[in-house]
Amino acid sequence: MLRFLLRRLALVVPTFIGITLVAFSLIHLIPGDPVENLSGERGMDPARRERLLHEFGLDRPLPAQYASYVVQVLRGDLGTSLTTHQPVLDEFLALFPATLELALFAMLVAVAVGLPAGIIAALNRNRMADYLVMGASLAGYSMPIFWWALLLILFFSVDLGWTPVSGRIAVQYDVPAATGLMLLDAWRSDAPGALRSAASHLVLPSIVLGTVPLAVIARMTRSSMLEVLREDYVRTARAKGLPMRRVILVHALRNALIPVVTVIGLQVGLLLSGAILTETIFSWPGIGNWLIHGVQSRDYPVVQGGLLLIASLVVGVNLLVDALYGVINPRIRHV
Amino acid sequence: MNDRSPFFLPAARAGAALLLALVAGHAAAKGTLVYCSEGSPQGFQPQFFSLGTTFDASSVPVFNRLVQFELGSTRIVPGLAQSWTISADGKTYTFKLRPGVKFHANADFKPTRDFNADDVVFSWSRMADENHPFHKLTAGETFAYYDDMGMKDIVERVEKVDDATVRFVLKSPQAPFLADLAMDFASILSKEYFETMLARGKPQAADNVPIGTGPFAFVSYQKDATIRYKAFDAYWGGRPKIDTLVYSIVRDATARYAKLKTGECHVMAYPKPADVADMQKDPALTVLKQEGLNVGYIAFNVTKKPFDNKLVRQALNLAVDKDAIIKAVYQGNGTPAKNPIPPILWGYANQVSDYPHDPQRARALLAQAGLPNGFDVDLWYLPVTRPYNPDGKRMAEMIQADWAKIGVKARLVTYEWAEYSKRAKNGEHAILMYGWSGDNGDPDNFFMPLLGCDAVKGGGNSSRWCNKEFNDLITRAATLPQQAERARLYERAQQVFHDEAPWIPIAHSVRFEPIRNEVVGYKMDVTAKHDFSGVDLK
Amino acid sequence: MSDGASAIEDVQAAGTGAGGSWHEAWNAFRAGRGALVGMAIIATLLLAALGADLIAPHSPIEQARDAALTPPAWRADGTRAYLLGTDELGRDMLSRLIHGTRLSLAIGFVSVALSLLVGVPLGLVAGTFGGWTQVAVMRLMDVMLALPSLLLAIAVVAILGPGLANATIAIAIVLLPHMVRLTRAAVLEEIAKDYVTSSRIAGAGPWRLMFSTLLPNCVAPLIVQSTLGFSSAILDAAALGFLGLGAQPPTPEWGSMLAGALEFIQRAPWVVTEPGLAILVTVLGFNLMGDGLRDALDPRLRR
Repeated sequence: MLRFLLRRLALVVPTFIGITLVAFSLIHLIPGDPVENLSGERGMDPARRERLLHEFGLDRPLPAQYASYVVQVLRGDLGTSLTTHQPVLDEFLALFPATLELALFAMLVAVAVGLPAGIIAALNRNRMADYLVMGASLAGYSMPIFWWALLLILFFSVDLGWTPVSGRIAVQYDVPAATGLMLLDAWRSDAPGALRSAASHLVLPSIVLGTVPLAVIARMTRSSMLEVLREDYVRTARAKGLPMRRVILVHALRNALIPVVTVIGLQVGLLLSGAILTETIFSWPGIGNWLIHGVQSRDYPVVQGGLLLIASLVVGVNLLVDALYGVINPRIRHV
Repeated sequence: MNDRSPFFLPAARAGAALLLALVAGHAAAKGTLVYCSEGSPQGFQPQFFSLGTTFDASSVPVFNRLVQFELGSTRIVPGLAQSWTISADGKTYTFKLRPGVKFHANADFKPTRDFNADDVVFSWSRMADENHPFHKLTAGETFAYYDDMGMKDIVERVEKVDDATVRFVLKSPQAPFLADLAMDFASILSKEYFETMLARGKPQAADNVPIGTGPFAFVSYQKDATIRYKAFDAYWGGRPKIDTLVYSIVRDATARYAKLKTGECHVMAYPKPADVADMQKDPALTVLKQEGLNVGYIAFNVTKKPFDNKLVRQALNLAVDKDAIIKAVYQGNGTPAKNPIPPILWGYANQVSDYPHDPQRARALLAQAGLPNGFDVDLWYLPVTRPYNPDGKRMAEMIQADWAKIGVKARLVTYEWAEYSKRAKNGEHAILMYGWSGDNGDPDNFFMPLLGCDAVKGGGNSSRWCNKEFNDLITRAATLPQQAERARLYERAQQVFHDEAPWIPIAHSVRFEPIRNEVVGYKMDVTAKHDFSGVDLK
Repeated sequence: MSDGASAIEDVQAAGTGAGGSWHEAWNAFRAGRGALVGMAIIATLLLAALGADLIAPHSPIEQARDAALTPPAWRADGTRAYLLGTDELGRDMLSRLIHGTRLSLAIGFVSVALSLLVGVPLGLVAGTFGGWTQVAVMRLMDVMLALPSLLLAIAVVAILGPGLANATIAIAIVLLPHMVRLTRAAVLEEIAKDYVTSSRIAGAGPWRLMFSTLLPNCVAPLIVQSTLGFSSAILDAAALGFLGLGAQPPTPEWGSMLAGALEFIQRAPWVVTEPGLAILVTVLGFNLMGDGLRDALDPRLRR
């Protein structure tokens, strides 16, 4: 087991180095003057430019620059935002809980609806229920999620007035950010109506972000269940006279869930991609929105640091999922 | 399923509660006014910036100036100066300062004294004096207005006479000077605060976290999301009636309207003209209306070919269908512009005849200029709604189509708003869509910072057009005491402007501000800012 | 994606190999009704794209300023002249959607082609040569996969600048790692087989091995992945257009048509629904066909 984990870890290290290389070279790949890009100033006089060039270390050879960049990153210094003058890492950590909250609830929606849907589809193979579930999930990952969001907003927020249009909580609540998870913080703050406001703001974004994972989970569950249901030991159990329901619950489901759990874990990348669009439409102040604003405002330290952090996050979560998968399925440990 | 897991019942209850939570009522906390703004401020130091969005967040709630405009007009009333005298030669202005004015306090700073002349001298010298400890400060910041208005060539010196008296000595008489001092860049900062922050080794904090004498004290800024202020109890003008002021930054006009309708916001910035009719029909809303003291224009960068050629500029003027733009972009709520100043401003040259919509003549002029097959160009358009332009993208697409008809292929380019202004200031554009809202009701405030030769260096003159005849006319006009004489000079200047065509003036808008009926005492500001000091909530 | 889990995916997608089962595959494909529907959709779109200039009733960029925001013809206040209505500048929606088909299919085609052109050789080389080459290539692909796809596309566009061409390149880069992994996995599976060993013994050099022996047998999974890559490309292009990073005005790309659409959600909902439906139908078509192909070409997954 330990050797398996260490081997997995060893694979991660070169990937991480690669990520730092990509993040580092970003500044030099972007068109325009690197000094202008890093400082945000345009049209400086030559003397100031020289000074800044030296200050940023841009006059040193590239390998030296890369080395000091890595050292800085390991020390936790990912640069300073050009627009807010705050450290990039601090901004990321402050905004991350918002994305985390959104992603968790999106995953909740995806699993709570997708898993049962997939099971129902598998049990009703080639009948109406199956086609409905498969059709819906196909539509789910075939449609642009920003359009889906617009439609939901039109229906639920504008026409019915049930849900708010944007933000995490109604603006008049100044909830102290203890955990960063608005639902928890609103609950602890005891302000009347705060929890309700936070919850209502979560509904649509979670549904929108959870749609594609939902579709994937539904399909995966269905195909996994179908495979397991065909297995010999299932047929044996049925032949022994065990009731269908028990067979499903006790035997089939447990084994069918193994690949599904992996798929759930691997949705992280998908969730982060989707978070960018979802956060933009709902003005949700998370890291997706932050990164997009960074790209649009040419705030290159934010873009550079953000990419590095997000890529590292994805790699880290994948490592975790791999380890978990190795625990669940002993066969894979020796691959 | 037969098995009822022990989690079922509580889960169902939680689910039901969540469903109920969907039907959310938005009860605004009493005494909190929420303003839905259209964008993030560039910062909180009014000396550095020139965008209305930034002033709304800084100079308007947090700071005061020596003199100020009576809300709703451009009449000058006392601010931090109680009274003033102007010398006979028009070059010396002596101000008697208001006593007992207090500065805000926050966790990092408690003022030990009241406002006095030191603060005035400090604030002005910071922009004027190169040896001032805070003159060269944060990277990328400049003194936008001070430079663009050529204040260095206007003000000889500022001096403290005593703690309660300050004197400005000018190099030559300037009729608009008093109005200039009412502008945001002339906000009075706290010398003590700056020095305290410097002593603590955090000089940037003084610009990032504003401390002023204004009706609202800054509390916090959540980037791109909300700005919070609280009423300043010791405000010299009387404590504001609302306790908390919140700016909710919502970039999309439709989302702002949605929030206004649900009551999450009480006032919203820049409605889409097409929504105004619906708003006027809504019984819960009141729509305030005002002729805009503004102009939306397209500027040619005359330092870039082929826009150094007058014929090309005139041709592009002739190719644009302004009436169609007023209809499609402004929904009829505006007047086509032929001059840089709006018709409601004195000195407007009505006798100038605008370039008609004449694509044929445009093509002929282009051929005359040696470009019979047209050319390619980048057209920069506004990414945000402005008081003078409700939809830059749509306007750009229309102009793109108009110019395509005479063979000029325009590629549409835009940047995020702060970045757009930065690059425009740096003169990186070939053709720029921009605009201006008047700051003080004086024509000089339009001509000088936008078309004057000084403003080429400062960056506010987007067309980089420096015409000696024009510049002489407006410089002289600023020094004359009589409005009638000044008006005559301005009219001549506008004729020069028309002939040289450094811009395509597009429109002067009619401005709308929708507010909820609970809001009492809100007045539209002539300079397109949003002032909540006199507002109350029913 | 980690090696463990993606290996499952790659193996699942890998094809059958020997040529004789193409006939079998085609029969299986035809049997799947979903796949046929998908093919029909794509055929229609292709026709629309090719014949856009002939079919479209108006120019997609001509602004009929007096007819702005005309509702579609089936509404009482609509007109036959503009079957699907017009947008805020009076441009005909139907014509814009038809021309947009051409753009979307082109983006899909070019980005998939680019990713294949670069990815397949890379995968072949990695699988055949093994050793350090393989490690280097696969680590590089891991780095690219560590970034969520939209983020990677945005980063590339941030560097190259907004525009349709740059968006296409960005999407090709996003698709690249999947092509490489797939090819390598297929190569690894084939390389252990007898016919490959016998080729080697017969003296075939590595290049000949790669292109004449291994490549033909990797085609099946690549076809499936390309079809799915198409739908992914169209969605990503629409997302970039929506964020203002893709096609610029007046280009009638479906995603950028949705960019300013929030404004019209109540007053002119057709401006919002129509481009979105176009994207949905197109992507659906490619996904259906991709699913059908996968079912047909991999007997293990046939149900």
